[in-house]
Amino acid sequence: MLVSTALATVFMRDLFAVIMLFGIYSLLSAGFFLNLSAPDVALTEAAIGAGISPILMLGTLALTRKKSESEPQAKKSINGVFLPLFVVTITGATLIYATFDMPHFMDPEAPAHNHVAPRYLEQSYKEIHIPNVVSSVLASYRGFDTLGEVFVIFTAGIGVLALLGFLADGSGRTYWQFADTASLRHHNILHVISKILIPLILLYALYVQFHGEYSPGGGFQAGVLFATAFILYTMIYGLQAAYAVISPKVLYWSMVVGVLLYAGTGLASVFLGGNYLDYNVLAHDPVHGQHIGIILVELGVGICVAAVMMSVFFNFAGRTFDPSSQKKGGE
Amino acid sequence: MSLVLGLFNYWIVIILMMIGFYVVIAASNLIKKIIGLNIFQTSVFILYISIGKVKDGAAPILADGVETYANPLPHVLILTAIVVGVATTALGLALIVRIKEAYGTIEEDEINEKDGSL
Repeated sequence: MLVSTALATVFMRDLFAVIMLFGIYSLLSAGFFLNLSAPDVALTEAAIGAGISPILMLGTLALTRKKSESEPQAKKSINGVFLPLFVVTITGATLIYATFDMPHFMDPEAPAHNHVAPRYLEQSYKEIHIPNVVSSVLASYRGFDTLGEVFVIFTAGIGVLALLGFLADGSGRTYWQFADTASLRHHNILHVISKILIPLILLYALYVQFHGEYSPGGGFQAGVLFATAFILYTMIYGLQAAYAVISPKVLYWSMVVGVLLYAGTGLASVFLGGNYLDYNVLAHDPVHGQHIGIILVELGVGICVAAVMMSVFFNFAGRTFDPSSQKKGGE
Repeated sequence: MSLVLGLFNYWIVIILMMIGFYVVIAASNLIKKIIGLNIFQTSVFILYISIGKVKDGAAPILADGVETYANPLPHVLILTAIVVGVATTALGLALIVRIKEAYGTIEEDEINEKDGSL
């Protein structure tokens, strides 16, 4: 099923349909992850793949379609189809040949399961007292990786701001409106339903954030869910209303605050005499210190991810009806 | 038979990966290229998660009475990779928007044409 959806994405010409199919594809792969006993990953993939990335792609589509509405009839030469197909087939065949050396699927003896994983599974409860091993590995054992990844997300957010950035300096003549929502704004059904849904999504995001130690979840998923709620709000009520709730400036600051909270937790543990990101020293009791550290770090991740996602979305949405950029686009 | 069953997941991954690869090479529309890249990326995620799966293993949330768990390490790596992936996708899409503004098109061949004529 996954393969057929992916294939359909290739053959579709209409970009809108392609993006929708991509959303379905992501949802399917989220189900697949759940099947492979990876609920944390499935949660992330469902929120991101089926929620945020199609919205961003649609935003791009709305921005870029303005002029080239009638140009999807890309005529492809024989060369343009068969040369890539040839390359792809060769590469695929090589890779399949390589799989014959791989340990079989679900094999408990595979090398991947016999290095650090058993240690995480056996020792982490004693050391950290958190049932969800994914959370403890994410925030504690591999805290450096996660810190690096948060910085990558932060940098990408900054990059989008730099590329599309309208800084909220209130530069008078532009009016921010999300084009596609002009019609949505008067739909009563959507209003009522979203009014019920948004608090629930926010509540669920907070639950995922603070309950991430015991059940699937954590900062990354919570941040994304939180952002999804705001994106829904923006789509229904328009950008103006969303800015009234949370202004872009607050978002930019909370992006920074999130990263600094993570990095600062690391520094705090240095000042208390431990290594960087060594939470044991944060409290008198190492296990308790680990708890504080993980909660702080996950909070930092959540704030940063949510702020980056929202500001990226605001940037895409805000650009849509920006007259000055349309003028530039026409040139 | 066990060979086929044991490697089936990896083959699916490779097929998906090649589909994504093909889109990246062959599609001339930049948005479609990004989608191809995303399919490629998802196939890598599936590869990792497949490696992490253990026979009869439960999700890696410790509970009483459960003996085998899936490998938590790939889950950690992939779950952060997904979020990083969407952030970089957003960056790519932002670049596309700017390309559109500079060139007036997001079709690769037209962009090349304009570059040549400059």
